[in-house]
Amino acid sequence: MIDIEKREEFDIEIDKTVGKPFIDDAKFSTRNVDVFYDDKQAIFDANIDIGKNQIIAMIGPSGCGKSTFLRCLNRMNDTIQGCHISGDIKLDNEDIYHKHQDPVLLRARVGMVFQKPNPFPKSIYDNVAYGAKLHGLASNKIELDELVEKSLIRAGLFKEVKDSLHKPGTGLSGGQQQRLCIARTIAIDPEVILMDEPTSALDPIATAVIEELMIDLSKKYTIAIVTHSMQQAARVSQRTAYFHMGHLVEVNDTNTVFTNPEHQLTENYITGRFG
Amino acid sequence: METQQHISQQYNKELESVKSKVLNMGGMVEAQVESAVTALIEQDDELAKKVAESDYKINKIEVEIDENCAQLIAKRQPAAGDLRLIIAIIKVITDLERIGDEAEKIGRHVQKLVSTEDDIGMHAELSSLGERVIAILHDALDALARMDIEQAAKVVETDKQIDEEFNRVSRVLVTHMMEDPRNIKNMLHVTWCARALERIGDHSQNICEYVIYLVKGQDVRHTEFNPDQQ
Repeated sequence: MIDIEKREEFDIEIDKTVGKPFIDDAKFSTRNVDVFYDDKQAIFDANIDIGKNQIIAMIGPSGCGKSTFLRCLNRMNDTIQGCHISGDIKLDNEDIYHKHQDPVLLRARVGMVFQKPNPFPKSIYDNVAYGAKLHGLASNKIELDELVEKSLIRAGLFKEVKDSLHKPGTGLSGGQQQRLCIARTIAIDPEVILMDEPTSALDPIATAVIEELMIDLSKKYTIAIVTHSMQQAARVSQRTAYFHMGHLVEVNDTNTVFTNPEHQLTENYITGRFG
Repeated sequence: METQQHISQQYNKELESVKSKVLNMGGMVEAQVESAVTALIEQDDELAKKVAESDYKINKIEVEIDENCAQLIAKRQPAAGDLRLIIAIIKVITDLERIGDEAEKIGRHVQKLVSTEDDIGMHAELSSLGERVIAILHDALDALARMDIEQAAKVVETDKQIDEEFNRVSRVLVTHMMEDPRNIKNMLHVTWCARALERIGDHSQNICEYVIYLVKGQDVRHTEFNPDQQ
């Protein structure tokens, strides 16, 4: 099963990404992406397509570059001093790093949910309405009410908070706060949702609720999720990408990755043979 | 069944322990089959009785390994190669247990044959079939222990020869029955024994198919497998 001679992980070469990194119906496509923090290279030549209305999971040990890569997709790295990106990242065939591309508008199309729920210190209603107001998505109060309600319903939170919409968002439980952040993200009607370990601060029940929600949301949105939980990647995603020390080692159907991965490094990580 | 070390030493130990139990069970089953064949050829009542009465040990170890596998799945959520290993083990031990049952059957039929005190003849035919079956089982267990897919593929091929051998034995048995109807009772016992041997060949083939699945992640049941492909 495992070749003993390949025991030393550093002996294994990573020439190019194995598996099926490219697909026909791509929402995002990245080619030859390198990312540097000052002199230190964090991502080496990442080539991958992210399929429309699919969930792609990015897994790998800490410091492998998966979060860095995710943050490239909505230019969150722009704000980090010394961070430099080269290569092509296209959303619907448009270069998102083009000089005329407004990063704020890009982030309206490519929303993000973070590890720790981070609701604004405002009411539940205002949390959801904030982005919609900013982007002028509602012309009057009735429309805004509808939008807030619709977003909370989609995020599976409406029933729980419908009588307390004007109470502070920070008063909700961790799982509810995370769903509030998801509602806030989908209120501005993005095309893609990036999730950076969205459930690692939540208990198993709240995690299951969010996972159900992700699967439901993927009918309308494209979702890319970074997760430390391999079971979560296996449960929710259609495709899985494995990162190792800045290299994109393998991209394959999730079923293949978890039963019969192509690359030895993927096998080692999936089966817990190094961390 | 060599594998690379896990980060979790406990997980390692649990996997190693299950693997060694499977190989141990394989050894027990092999010994049972060898004894059953010897008892059949030599019409040894004592040995036949011993075989028939030892099958419970194999059944017991099967239950134990199944339980271990269920615990491993529940506690460790094995993936990739580990997952295939557990699945292959669960399937392999089912076939091993059935092989044990076939050996037990042979033991019981031999006891009945011996009690009639007639010479059944058929020495050469049964020896040949028995030797082939012992060899194929040995090769299958060897392929499992070494995770050797080439040998596994060879076993899958050899099983066809056992089927032919069984057909030959069947024709001889039918001839004996037609020659003298008084032979029918004994010849039926011999038929059941030959049939049990043929089934052991089939189970050995199944084990080899699981070895291929375990190593290559490819399910080759009900297909033609060529180890040189891919």
